[in-house]
Amino acid sequence: MSILIDKNTKILVQGLTGNTGSFHTEQALAYHGTKMVGGIHPKKGGETWDGSVPLPIFSTVAEGKEKTGANASVVYVPPAGAAAAIIEAIDAEIPLIVCITEGIPVTDMIKVKARLDRSKSRLIGPNCPGIVTPDECKIGIMPGNIFRKGSVGVVSRSGTLTYEAVFQTTNAGLGQSTAVGIGGDPVKGTEFIDMLEMFLADDETKSIIMIGEIGGSAEEDAAQFLIDEAKRGRKKPMAGFIAGRTAPEGRTMGHAGAVISGGKGGAEDKIAAMEAAGIRVSPSPARLGTTLVEAIKG
Amino acid sequence: MNIHEYQGKQLLKGFGAPVADGVPVFKIEEAEAAAKALPGPLYVVKSQIHAGGRGKGKFKELPADAKGGVRLAKSVDEVVAFAKEMLGNTLVTKQTGPAGKQVNRLYIEDGADIDRELYLSILVDRSVGRIAFVVSTEGGMDIEAVAHDTPEKIITVAIDPEKGVTADDLKALNSALKLSGEAAKDGESLFPILYKAFVEKDMSLLEVNPLIVMKNGRLRVLDAKVSFDNNALFRHADVLELRDTTEEDAKEIEASKYDLAYVALDGNIGCMVNGAGLAMATMDIIKLYGAEPANFLDVGGGASKEKVTAAFKIITADPAVEGILVNIFGGIMKCDVIAEGVIAAVKEVGLKVPLVVRLEGTNVELGKKIINESGLNVISADDLDDAAKKIVAAVKGN
Repeated sequence: MSILIDKNTKILVQGLTGNTGSFHTEQALAYHGTKMVGGIHPKKGGETWDGSVPLPIFSTVAEGKEKTGANASVVYVPPAGAAAAIIEAIDAEIPLIVCITEGIPVTDMIKVKARLDRSKSRLIGPNCPGIVTPDECKIGIMPGNIFRKGSVGVVSRSGTLTYEAVFQTTNAGLGQSTAVGIGGDPVKGTEFIDMLEMFLADDETKSIIMIGEIGGSAEEDAAQFLIDEAKRGRKKPMAGFIAGRTAPEGRTMGHAGAVISGGKGGAEDKIAAMEAAGIRVSPSPARLGTTLVEAIKG
Repeated sequence: MNIHEYQGKQLLKGFGAPVADGVPVFKIEEAEAAAKALPGPLYVVKSQIHAGGRGKGKFKELPADAKGGVRLAKSVDEVVAFAKEMLGNTLVTKQTGPAGKQVNRLYIEDGADIDRELYLSILVDRSVGRIAFVVSTEGGMDIEAVAHDTPEKIITVAIDPEKGVTADDLKALNSALKLSGEAAKDGESLFPILYKAFVEKDMSLLEVNPLIVMKNGRLRVLDAKVSFDNNALFRHADVLELRDTTEEDAKEIEASKYDLAYVALDGNIGCMVNGAGLAMATMDIIKLYGAEPANFLDVGGGASKEKVTAAFKIITADPAVEGILVNIFGGIMKCDVIAEGVIAAVKEVGLKVPLVVRLEGTNVELGKKIINESGLNVISADDLDDAAKKIVAAVKGN
């Protein structure tokens, strides 16, 4: 088993006709035939996307879902319209929505979050690289060639650090069950705790890499969750990393959510919390794979 | 994006918040007229810089026992005398760092009879994904110290975005701030005003420290620190007009023109990375191997060749940079685009320091081929560890 997506996941693309949407849809199609089933464009409904595999374009997500049986959507819509695109997918009751778009205003995401909380949908992102279940399905922008089917669950707030973790666990011969980038924004659809719960419940996931960064307290919350679950006997070997040990206070480091403010959200507190929860935290982003191998050996 | 106190107050006044009358002053000659336009007899002369701790700050050019960056004046003449001491001089506060900031603007404000000083801020509470009020009866002082020493004195009220500020929220806020009578009525009108301003203008922080209860029992916004969500500036042309670029690092301004996330740091290894997390991690690994990063630079997702060239130029323009590490793990970003951008930049500005390039991910082979065939003196690295070791060694060998 994997989590969130597998070879049967059918995906609609919101923002298919843009450069980014088109490029990554081609990449997804080329990745073990990920089932991309259509695109959404309010003015181009009825047209066909002229890719290597032609895809139908629908005017609305609801129509696309009805005609294709899609159970996931990926959002590449630019920031100004991205929140509306996510809400449209929520209203169409798409079970899994993955938003790649970076730069969505936070007040827009607060509205999205309120809608999401009383919906049947799960949102991954925004400002995230997506999800990959190796050899089965790729949603988003991760480079497919670094993956290998295996046993490590990868969850990360950073896109490119997700790739590092994947690449290194591939090189270590472990491979991945599923890799998920939850995104670098302060308000997002899915937090570490949700992902850790899924990885702990997934038989195929034997170990976990969790990559956090400065800002907020999601890593501390996740550490407490792991401590509580371990008391119930649910525990898997884990390695971790926190980006931003050298970041100055009060400066936003690229990701809207990566900022130490009021003395809170610093790397050292997060590392201490994760270590207290039994996670082996690597001091170097280049040693995620080897650190996990050590954690598995115990 | 940050704005000055006086701009924040003018903005809040537009929403109906109670602020004192005041006049911004850019030149010493303007100070007298500014003071005369106010009722008196008390005036407050406030340095306008993008940093807190102004009251306790010290001017570099003045004797150590001189007054700080916020001063109470009792006559028009005193306002003018203070303006002469403050304008153009360098104010050092706990937030400016030792270099301080030059005071290019003053705000002359009508004085107030203060009974109590309260703390109020509005921010995004990421743990619940909502906008929240953070309030305390312990205003006027360093709120971080209050949070550290007496966390029970800080109360958070998160607002449901679909309901706005409710009667229950108002009750909770008034109770937390121990407001009653006229002040409580003022609170009931002020809190929704501040929330509306925050949402409509896409702020990321609105801090009023202090919010005061005056001797006449009324509330007044005595200070205003306002920051805006950079991601929302595209829909607020009026806010963009308030930007004061003299408050920003010249390299950061240049970077922002190309939509690059850049933060200047104190080290000597320039970094160009894709992705914020990897960019931070690259800084961290440089430090781990005993050197210091000169900057944070995330070229972002869909960077063009032009953007990469601009990024490279910004890094090389920093005289402190003794070596450059380009670290790319391509997802959206294609390695060949990075390679072409770097080569174009090197051809344009030259390469006087060691350059280590590590490429991985989408179109990696093409990217490596472009670098290898360029004939440039580039040190290639296989992985992040290798890259960090090579650039630190190259810089230390200089």
